[in-house]
Amino acid sequence: MVDIYLDNNATTKVDHEVVDAMIPYFLEQYGNPSSIHKFADGVARGLKQARQQVQSLIGCEHDSEIIFTSCGTESNSTALLSAIKAQPNKKEIITTTVEHAAILNLCDYLEKEGYTIHRLPVDKAGRLNLESYKKLLSDQVAIVSVMWANNETGTIFPVAEMAELANAAGVMFHTDAVQAVGKIPMMLQDTKIDMLSLSGHKLHAPKGIGVLYLRRGTRYRPLLRGGHQERGRRAGTENTASIVGLGKACELALRYIEYENTTVKELRDRLEKGITESIPHCFVTGDLYNRLPNTTDIAFEYIEGESILMLLNKAGIAASSGSACTSGSLEPSHVMRAMDIPYTAAHGTIRFSFSRYNTMYEVEEVLKVMPGIVKTLRKLSPYWEGDAPVANPEQAFAPTYS
Amino acid sequence: MWDYSDKVKEHFFNPKNAGAVADANATGEVGSISCGDALRLTLKVDDDTEVILEAGFQTFGCGSAIASSSVLTEMIIGKTIDEALQVTNQDIAAQLEGLPPEKMHCSVMGREALQAAIANYRGEVWKDDHEEGALICKCFAIDAVMIEEMVWANKLRTVEDVTNFTKAGGGCASCHEDIEAILEKVLAEKGEKFDPDAAPAAQPEKIAAVKTPLTNLQRIKKIEEVLESLRPALMADGGDVELVEVIGNTAYVKMTGACNGCQMAAMTIAGIQQRLMEVMGEFIKVVPSTEMAKLTNIEVA
Repeated sequence: MVDIYLDNNATTKVDHEVVDAMIPYFLEQYGNPSSIHKFADGVARGLKQARQQVQSLIGCEHDSEIIFTSCGTESNSTALLSAIKAQPNKKEIITTTVEHAAILNLCDYLEKEGYTIHRLPVDKAGRLNLESYKKLLSDQVAIVSVMWANNETGTIFPVAEMAELANAAGVMFHTDAVQAVGKIPMMLQDTKIDMLSLSGHKLHAPKGIGVLYLRRGTRYRPLLRGGHQERGRRAGTENTASIVGLGKACELALRYIEYENTTVKELRDRLEKGITESIPHCFVTGDLYNRLPNTTDIAFEYIEGESILMLLNKAGIAASSGSACTSGSLEPSHVMRAMDIPYTAAHGTIRFSFSRYNTMYEVEEVLKVMPGIVKTLRKLSPYWEGDAPVANPEQAFAPTYS
Repeated sequence: MWDYSDKVKEHFFNPKNAGAVADANATGEVGSISCGDALRLTLKVDDDTEVILEAGFQTFGCGSAIASSSVLTEMIIGKTIDEALQVTNQDIAAQLEGLPPEKMHCSVMGREALQAAIANYRGEVWKDDHEEGALICKCFAIDAVMIEEMVWANKLRTVEDVTNFTKAGGGCASCHEDIEAILEKVLAEKGEKFDPDAAPAAQPEKIAAVKTPLTNLQRIKKIEEVLESLRPALMADGGDVELVEVIGNTAYVKMTGACNGCQMAAMTIAGIQQRLMEVMGEFIKVVPSTEMAKLTNIEVA
């Protein structure tokens, strides 16, 4: 049995070239970049190069606009907290209902602190309504934070357009681009985006390294104060090896971005088509016409996601689910709820997310086992009988809920 | 992924008695809102002897929900309905060699489906009597509804109060922020304000820490005293603990009731050990009495 990894939106394998680039910074150039001796004399250059590699991938104007952080979450927190600290009179924040927990939970916390949080809803295909967004923009808003692409469905939001609108209203704009960077081309210098978060481990760099892009001239207050690292904007000794690794990963991502949007996309499309054609009562969620090339999120009706994952895992296939059970939470994924996907389908969503390491052979392997897995679980389901759902499933089975 | 026991996996991958019983005369349909899981249990009961001849389940749910349903059917076939009603959710969990704390409610769902099916057989209407909330304390598997009820009932004011009355927050302490949020909410409903430095509510009696050397007998009595003080909290959860033996610095205890079969037992033991060490002022290892059998060479000092 081969192991097939289709959970690349959760995290990715570190590229061999990335590991090779990092090793000297553990064993030889391990000096503190602030030191003046031979153990450190190559480190500053390594960091400089990494900064330029990140700059090329996201297309920003200056390499000094790149601040290295420990992860995407730190970048997100830094961005939002900086905006409200720098503009203490502005008490409103605009975001969406489908952001990652790194934004949503922070906003919930700020709400308790007295901030007004506007959470833009999405339609059944996961799309935003820009008219209602425009109405919310005012001089009371400290920052708009909208994800570039959704981690569950891959749906892409029109962040460039939204940043223009924010800018015209004099409002700062941040985007959590953790899922988008390296998967779709970007040229930040042509946009009005003020801040952007990215995370290394989503693009074949190690875990524990992230970036906050900060447009030159954007008013800023650091989250961590201390040493002079990152020009005083993020104190703390640099994670040198990981920074160099992230630089290399960005260089590779730029090299493969065409491949990602052609070959990787074909793999995704083949899997999606194969599954929806061979399995009844399943559907793809999100905005099918405006999506990351590597992501498909499929809802299998009348069965539950964790069960599907356990059977997939037994077949050597790794994916993830929006079901409540996989996370031990009370609700299925907030993204599925926001799109008004019914419970009986939301609990059965499976996300397959690809990388450049996946192959068509793997896709065919998944297509071989998936129909059997769904069939097995539907046989156990009270909503299912024979080869079809029971008539009026919601009425036929209406349990007492506790 | 969850740390499921082999038994859970066995029942998930090869479920027993899946599907509806063809000519069932008892049906129970329940769901757990905390997971979106739902279960239909169908039984064929012999009208003369009231013995459950056949049982079948249909489950929409996760691995442990399917495993709980499957093992339940195995446990009740051949029992009379009165015997079957004696099966608790802890029995279901124990039969599965334990469930993760977040998944204990899957066994509750099994137990409720059984009650609902038997009520249906007897022509009664089953009413659910408990509500489930978000899991707050993962160490002791205490949910928000339980904490809220205790805060209301016992006029609790601080996190320490909540820990004293429910055990919640008494393990790793990571959930203290969430407990404070519950206190804030409930106290606001009562028209009061949460104050972290408020005087504690009347609480279970504290035992004085040991300061002088003890004789062996005094030491064992003191250990018993500590266990005694923890017992009400355990019993509130349907569990209990009993001191079996003390050898050197190891105290062997027997966990019974709800504690038995819950994967939380290990955490509970860690909590007992912590409390014992605080009072006794010495290192004490608390070990389940089942481990005693493994001692082949007990040295008696």
